[in-house]
Amino acid sequence: MESTQITDTPPPTPQPVSAEQKRAARGATRPGDRIFLGLSRGSGIFLLVIMAAIAVFLTYRASLAISKDDANFLTTFEWNTGLVPPKFGIAVLAFGTVVSSIVAMVIAVPIAVAIALFLTHYAPRKLSGPISYVIDLLAAVPSIVYGLWGALILVPHMNGLFGWLDTYLGWTGIFSWQGGAPRSMLTVGILLAIMILPIVTNVSREVFRQAPQMIEEAALALGATRWEVIRMAVLPFGRSGVISASMLGLGRALGETMAVATVLSPTFDIQSSLLDPGGGTFAQNIASKFGEATEFGRDALIASGLVLFVITLLVNGAARMIIARRKEYSGANA
Amino acid sequence: MAKRIDVSGLTAYYSAHKAIEDISMTVEPRSVTAFIGPSGCGKSTFLRTLNRMHEVTPGGRVEGKVLLDDEDLYGQGIDPVSVRREVGMVFQRPNPFPTMSIFDNVAAGLRLNGSYKKAELADVVEKSLKGANLWNEVKDRLNKPGSGLSGGQQQRLCIARAIAVQPKVLLMDEPCSALDPISTLAIEDLIGELKERFTIVIVTHNMQQAARVSDRTAFFNLAAVGQPGKLIEIDDTERIFSNPSVQATEDYISGRFG
Repeated sequence: MESTQITDTPPPTPQPVSAEQKRAARGATRPGDRIFLGLSRGSGIFLLVIMAAIAVFLTYRASLAISKDDANFLTTFEWNTGLVPPKFGIAVLAFGTVVSSIVAMVIAVPIAVAIALFLTHYAPRKLSGPISYVIDLLAAVPSIVYGLWGALILVPHMNGLFGWLDTYLGWTGIFSWQGGAPRSMLTVGILLAIMILPIVTNVSREVFRQAPQMIEEAALALGATRWEVIRMAVLPFGRSGVISASMLGLGRALGETMAVATVLSPTFDIQSSLLDPGGGTFAQNIASKFGEATEFGRDALIASGLVLFVITLLVNGAARMIIARRKEYSGANA
Repeated sequence: MAKRIDVSGLTAYYSAHKAIEDISMTVEPRSVTAFIGPSGCGKSTFLRTLNRMHEVTPGGRVEGKVLLDDEDLYGQGIDPVSVRREVGMVFQRPNPFPTMSIFDNVAAGLRLNGSYKKAELADVVEKSLKGANLWNEVKDRLNKPGSGLSGGQQQRLCIARAIAVQPKVLLMDEPCSALDPISTLAIEDLIGELKERFTIVIVTHNMQQAARVSDRTAFFNLAAVGQPGKLIEIDDTERIFSNPSVQATEDYISGRFG
């Protein structure tokens, strides 16, 4: 208190005390503390700078392209950057990216949660170790390998499933099939599901493992069966963690390039059925066009990348909102 | 409604380690029986064998008999889940379900047992909270999370949750060790009321508490660290604290332990 009074009125001599106190308040008076504070703060700032740099780069290059676009950038179904004036839009790409990712999530998340529950609450320890290891290995497979496997093994084997879906669920429109090669959004979604399964499983497993023992015992002592224990004490506790895990997976699915590019037969239109071949995603479109694109074509592709960036940010924001909404009840208060 | 517990020759293991050995005792219905003894003597383990919670621990297994009236809890074809619906438990640290409201916490056990009408459920929740002397404190915030209550209130919420399913026996594992003296007093008063309806077994480290709340007291001890815990004696609480028949009991309750 005394020192702040002194520094309020300009002192005749410099007051080293006040600066010293400030540093002390941050717990950084010793050299080790100071170095660590500098390093950790520097890393934090570095991250923000990189994010800002990416955003600035994308926005600048995108604005160059969009300002010359003769069609509506968001709703146009074609991609002709070579025309004069150029016409291109991201409607097809946004549709394909979102649809393939949703298919992947719908397939992967329930399976991943089930595997995680099995590993943490059902499997004997001898079994859960090796299974976890194999799942970790699955995460280490490069995406191009998934892509090759998808194109060479998965695609030729999809006909049976597609026929079945068309016969029994074709009336919905979403699962009707005109008999084209199964290089469609559903195949892409299935492949993406396999690719994001390890990350969603691993994160969910860690979350379920941390479900507090004493809450599980409370449920058991009330006469809950194993499934009821999971429903009462594990799933509610793990909900926000599973959402985070799903978002990590979704992030990968949204941005996946090679696997999509090798499996999908790209066309620049939208199929109302998940089974009919065609469509495209942001990442796949950028990868397949970037090499031969002109300077302007590249700017247009970067503009589409900006949209992907924004979609990813929105998805993350939505996930955070879902998590925050139930904070009062979250397991963190246990 | 309350039932008698009759234990004979009960031995419990953690994998190869024998935690308690050859325990036999009878617990009368509508009475409070306190388990006392030094740390590690197996009194909590023994308590957990009475509702088959011991075997939940990896490696936990039990030999011997536990009769609830005439039914052997470890008999063939007995489902541990149904045992736990008859024998309720309150734990050392209050453990309300953090994701549930106060109302849902109390209703949790009922919902496991089947479907109830809303009015029925509300009725049982109110009765149970009243039975746990908590109703007046929470009746205006039944939809708030149970984790927002104080420690003592949370423990009474857990008691309300346990008695809502109308168990025959209520096991309490050091229910006051995480609570302040006033909350402890509230729980002790509650135990006095609950014994009208339930058979109560309480593990406690606090010998004054055992003397205050229980009708019968069992003293457990172990010969050395790593040795299995044993029941030294069980008798009327008054006798245990005034004139126990075993020297080790007297040494323990008078603080000359070692």
